[in-house]
Amino acid sequence: MSDEPLKQDAPRGALKRALDSDILHSFLRSKITVIAAVITALYFIGALFAPWIAPHDPFDLAGISILDARVPPLWMDGSDPRFLLGTDDQGRDVFSAILYGSRISLAVGFLSVILAAIVGVLLGLVAGYVGGRTDAIIMRIAEVQLTFPAILIALLIDGAARGVFGNLDREKYVFWILVFSIALSLWVQYARTVRGSTLVEKNKEYVQAARLIGIPPFLIMIRHVLPNVIGPVLVIATINLAIAIVTEATLSFLGVGVPPTQPSLGTLIRIGNDFLFSGEWWIAIFPGVALALLVLAVNLLGDWLRDALNPKLR
Amino acid sequence: MTETPLLSVRDLKVEFPTRRATLTAIDGVSFDLKKGEVLGVVGESGAGKSITGSAIIGLLEPPGRIAGGEIRLKGERIDNLSQAAMRKVRGKRIGMIFQDPLTSLNPLFTIGEQITETIMTHLPVSEAEARKRAIGLLEEVGIPAAGDRLDAYPHQFSGGMRQRVVIALALCAEPELVIADEPTTALDVSVQAQIIGLLKRICNDHGASVMLITHDMGVIAETCDRVAVMYSGRVAEIGPVRDVVKSPHHPYTVGLMGAIPTLIGEHDRLTQIPGSMPRLDAIPKGCPFNPRCAHVFDRCRAERPDPIDVGASRVACWLVEEGRNGHANEVEQA
Amino acid sequence: MLAFSIRRLFQALLVMIVVALIAFTLFRFVGDPVNQMVGVETTPEQREALRERLGLNDPVIIQFARFILNAAQFNFGTSYQFKQPVAEMIGKRLPATLELSIVSAILAVLVGIPMGVYTGLNRDGVLSKFLLSASLIGISLPTFFIGILLIFIFSVNLQWLPSFGRGEVVQIGWWSTGLLTWSGIKALILPAITLGLFQMTLIMRLVRAEMLEVIRTDYIKFARARGLPNRAVNYRHALKNTLVPVITITGLQLGTIIAFAIITETVFQWPGMGLLFLQSVQNVDIPIMAAYLMLIAFLFVLINFVVDLLYFYVDPRLRAERAIK
Repeated sequence: MSDEPLKQDAPRGALKRALDSDILHSFLRSKITVIAAVITALYFIGALFAPWIAPHDPFDLAGISILDARVPPLWMDGSDPRFLLGTDDQGRDVFSAILYGSRISLAVGFLSVILAAIVGVLLGLVAGYVGGRTDAIIMRIAEVQLTFPAILIALLIDGAARGVFGNLDREKYVFWILVFSIALSLWVQYARTVRGSTLVEKNKEYVQAARLIGIPPFLIMIRHVLPNVIGPVLVIATINLAIAIVTEATLSFLGVGVPPTQPSLGTLIRIGNDFLFSGEWWIAIFPGVALALLVLAVNLLGDWLRDALNPKLR
Repeated sequence: MTETPLLSVRDLKVEFPTRRATLTAIDGVSFDLKKGEVLGVVGESGAGKSITGSAIIGLLEPPGRIAGGEIRLKGERIDNLSQAAMRKVRGKRIGMIFQDPLTSLNPLFTIGEQITETIMTHLPVSEAEARKRAIGLLEEVGIPAAGDRLDAYPHQFSGGMRQRVVIALALCAEPELVIADEPTTALDVSVQAQIIGLLKRICNDHGASVMLITHDMGVIAETCDRVAVMYSGRVAEIGPVRDVVKSPHHPYTVGLMGAIPTLIGEHDRLTQIPGSMPRLDAIPKGCPFNPRCAHVFDRCRAERPDPIDVGASRVACWLVEEGRNGHANEVEQA
Repeated sequence: MLAFSIRRLFQALLVMIVVALIAFTLFRFVGDPVNQMVGVETTPEQREALRERLGLNDPVIIQFARFILNAAQFNFGTSYQFKQPVAEMIGKRLPATLELSIVSAILAVLVGIPMGVYTGLNRDGVLSKFLLSASLIGISLPTFFIGILLIFIFSVNLQWLPSFGRGEVVQIGWWSTGLLTWSGIKALILPAITLGLFQMTLIMRLVRAEMLEVIRTDYIKFARARGLPNRAVNYRHALKNTLVPVITITGLQLGTIIAFAIITETVFQWPGMGLLFLQSVQNVDIPIMAAYLMLIAFLFVLINFVVDLLYFYVDPRLRAERAIK
């Protein structure tokens, strides 16, 4: 009799455990995780409120002057108190550019992770529930997909987009092309996880029972599958956010991402890379450090989340 | 009394420090094991049987640690040995058999490799000699065509055969004591008896004493000379199998006996002990069995009973100490 | 073994055909190949003639078959931009990429596995914790930024190592190698570290996780209970079991290394096929893109196949399955 409540807890385990005090405890105990969370939060705030926080608007051509170009950061000789981290070759404030850049990096990261999660979860549900040929096809596609690293897929899509839209039109869509191509390279993991969970649920009695009383079993099942996979999906999404941000930055660095008029962190590093040898290292290094810090913080959160939801791995 | 027991455990205490509290898994366990004897250790899962075994062989899973008491092998303390010294005891003087033969053998090495490796670790013999011994051992444990099977991998054996290999492995360096931790639980019922029989016979042949950990009172009754009944990390009752089975003193033992199916017994139905064993973080004050005990009285809830001699047995129960045990038996038999 | 190989070969072929279909789709439907090949002054008649000559008027399925047949003979047509045979261009740049990738992979494996074993065995050691934190930073640093940092430190500030190119190369038949000259080796160091670092940290974390798992298994406990020395338990029993899954993932990583070379080659202006591919993406030079795609897929399939065979060799359970069948 005392076993009953335990059994009922099991399907909702991940979510319930996520709210359990153990999780909160492990969060507070791990100082690094708290710091990572604070840093991530700061990036969010900085990105969201960039227009209000940033001392300068790097996109306002009237506000920047070429006379302010290549000013070093505050603590070096020849610095200018207006520019904390110095300026780039156009006279843009590096600190402001980083704030605005994080905005684009985070936006691309978030949208592509959300898109990937939606596509992956849906395909996983369908593959697991329908089974048979549909399942085989979806999983085979996933396998071929895994053959190619995210960067390569994104590059190919970008190349194709240039062919279809032409180089100039492409700039208008480039944000969405990035989101789409990064999402496309990330959906597989979600699909696999959800498919596995669906296969387990499918054979349970309540699904048969639902069929007997005439409720579409698929709907019932979704209600039972989704709570089960929230934990893993959250972990994958957090780690994927880091991957998506890096992928976007890499594409922008390679010159196939967002254009210099709307620079993300990767674009800033690309611009600064040309000045590395002439001594203006801050133009590339600061955005680079900002990017690395953001990715590190998100990775730490993801690591902690995975351990916390998966006590066995400890 | 005069003879030094092969294994002597005194007041053993094992703790698991956790984030919230330090859990005491074993609390004041004492028993002796004489040379050539087969001692059964019985109890529900979580009673601390396996942890006792692991503590003796020095392989407690971290963060578990021995927090008190001592373990002596032929009079020498082994609970405070260095890792290197303990390694010479393991396998060489104490052999261990684990529950699941399917996972006890490394799947990537042939059984020959695993046996000869163990022999050569402990005995000064050549590889050819080790191989010869390995074949002899496999034959002894009843593996047909042992010479050919030596180069087979574990997955090519059935569960029962693998447990035979495990027994051969535990005995290959001629230990004085074999600790068998639920050696048949994972096996088919049909092979369980064979394996237990084999274990007893071969240990006898090699002059090894056996500590047989199980939750199966039936196995104990058939195999062992003496039995220790464990409950909540303590020994509730220990004594010759005959006495413990025929006239148990501790109410818990009485309950356990009621749970054995017999063919000739006068019970027409099996009895069951109500409730379940307390969790380690919620062991009640006094006698840990008191919430489930039908004969509980005030003292049981306040003070912890120490084992006292009752005939050839030792029993930790206030009923016995206060001479009310006849009462206990009567009630249970009625 | 034979049946297993044939089944694998069939699967590999399937993957190649799917990839070929993607490459062909790119080639045929993204932009008009004819437009890319001729100038503005070409007359419609000349275009039509070229169209006919290239077989672009044939049914799509025949075009696809022709594409595959040509690809099987390493014939990927002519680059739109450079007007040179694609196969030749890629062939010239293949050695640079392969040398870089293989050296990076060896570096990643030779350093990553010991670090993983060490951190797995000494969970709570100071060095382990340091390595683990360092590895997280290594995973978080984007490859291109690692390259930039290395250039900044070792080329700009210390001026020890070159920041671009392959240095002096020696031609051996059609293969050009930078491994035989001092300047070639010096030029290889920074790119190889850049490319290998991410995989190294990945391998380390993987080996560590696997090691922790294996050490908890019953057979390791039993090995300890038999009194085997730590050396034998850790490096004979546990390590061998750890390496079984590590082989697969490391194999797959090798494929990604070759693709990730695109980034490293860009940072260091390394004259490999990754750089060529990137240029082709920027210039919509579809034949090069298609060829590169096919080549990567082929290498990947090849690596996979080798990994499967290795697996077979390491894990007796698979061999036995074959014996029964």
